[in-house]
Amino acid sequence: MPNALLISNLTKTYANNVSALSKVNLSVEQGDFFALLGSNGAGKTTMIGIVSSLLHKTSGEVSVLGLDQSTNLNQVKRMIGLMPQEFNFNPFEPIEEILINQAGYYGIDRQPARARAEVLLKRVELWDRRLNMAKSLSGGMKRRLMLARALMHEPKILILDEPSAGVDVEIRRSIWALLKELNEQGMTIILTTHYLEEAELLCRNIAILDNGQVIEQSSMKKLLAKVAQQILILESVETLPKTLPKTDFSIKRLDDNSIQVILDGISISQALSELSKKGIEIEHVRSAQNRLETLFLHLTSKGK
Amino acid sequence: MWIAYKTIVVKEILRFSRIWVQTIFPPIITTSLYLLIFGGLMGERIGDMQGVDYLHFIIPGIILMTVIQNAYANTVSSFFLAKFNHSIEELLISPVSYWVILLGYISGGVARGFTVGLGVFIAVSFFVDLKIYSIGIVLITFLLTAILFSLAGFINAVFAQSFDDISIVPTFILMPMIYLGGMFYSIEILPEFWQVLSKFNPIYYMVDSFRMGFLGSSTTDFFVSITVLVVMILVLALVAFYLLKRGVNIKT
Repeated sequence: MPNALLISNLTKTYANNVSALSKVNLSVEQGDFFALLGSNGAGKTTMIGIVSSLLHKTSGEVSVLGLDQSTNLNQVKRMIGLMPQEFNFNPFEPIEEILINQAGYYGIDRQPARARAEVLLKRVELWDRRLNMAKSLSGGMKRRLMLARALMHEPKILILDEPSAGVDVEIRRSIWALLKELNEQGMTIILTTHYLEEAELLCRNIAILDNGQVIEQSSMKKLLAKVAQQILILESVETLPKTLPKTDFSIKRLDDNSIQVILDGISISQALSELSKKGIEIEHVRSAQNRLETLFLHLTSKGK
Repeated sequence: MWIAYKTIVVKEILRFSRIWVQTIFPPIITTSLYLLIFGGLMGERIGDMQGVDYLHFIIPGIILMTVIQNAYANTVSSFFLAKFNHSIEELLISPVSYWVILLGYISGGVARGFTVGLGVFIAVSFFVDLKIYSIGIVLITFLLTAILFSLAGFINAVFAQSFDDISIVPTFILMPMIYLGGMFYSIEILPEFWQVLSKFNPIYYMVDSFRMGFLGSSTTDFFVSITVLVVMILVLALVAFYLLKRGVNIKT
């Protein structure tokens, strides 16, 4: 089975000589829910722009479901649905028209497009506003409109660039539910987000981009396991001494009963044994909060 | 591809129809005033031109001026706004071919040119007994003119970086060409040098053919005029297609 997306040696240098991507290799399996993380300027939007044909690549290959983008451009375009980061619809068009037009560009006639628009607009809770101009929508509503638009032609791969930016918690959860449902139905979803908990909650696999290069690609589980072993919160029933003893690993007192340890090349049992020898008995071990965020900062230049 | 083409055309027609107060109504009012003042009031003092009274002489030119301005304005504003608000990306990510995109926008320009041209024609009919010598010549000339200026508007929009850029060409190039293209006078009354120079202005051929469709007389052979128009359309269509395919000012 071919990969949903396969990127080989993808390079993009803009006309002003700014290098956005440098020999990037990336693969996303069919049916995956894939997170693409990276700080601002890391190259995520450029990569998405190239995959969705909005930008020219400088060199390298992109193939979608086994089809080379350079030689099968229209077929590749049909397979991809894009929800970009920036609003990119005509604000002076009615919402329903935006969706019907989008379907028309993919060869879907007005009648079936109208029926599909109804389903999707109801799903993203915009049906009551279907006759309003898009400019009248709030930021969150505009994002939902773009999500519905990306789904109009029933793409096999859905690319979402910051889908829940500016969306309130309740609506964000309803978007997550919709995305999970689409993924369960077999749609491959590629997501970039600044909400790392969103990636952690939704995605099975992840790649981290930094300065135009993929610095990490693995399953979310493996990645988080790696973090969980590194940063831990250790809790003791007894009150901890004000000054902690020196150890072979990084240790920080959080309060009277808990400490944070960062383990680097040392196992949890070794750490607990060392602490025990120094009079600190640990009752409970848990992984630190924001595990993905910690890893992200650790891996990217932001954390350096 | 037919559905995609139809979608773009319907979108374009709905776009200018929704803002009819800006797009359709004003040119009809302005043109009617032109005719009332230049044709009705001043025309009597000017006398005949090319064998007909001045009012009947200027009507075809003024209708065609409206067609030119509106066909141009439609594509230049629509495509520039699509670039400006990034809605052009809806088309760029879709499998619609560049020819279909171009044809869709051009058809939108032709539709607006036709709507406004017909509106002016109907408005004028209330005041003047209009006769058409050949509906075929009128329609062919209208169609080719509207296509040509829709293409010109499209190319302007591709290069435009600001709203100023979409008004510079109509103001400083299009309007002088229209006024010097024999819209208000027959080039036969000009000195020979200016007559020759006028023949380098493509608008002269359009006005001359359009006038022939109404009056049955022209200063240049109809087939020469049509050939000039067709050649210019082909050249501009290739330029517009090249710009779109290369993604000039659209893709980086």
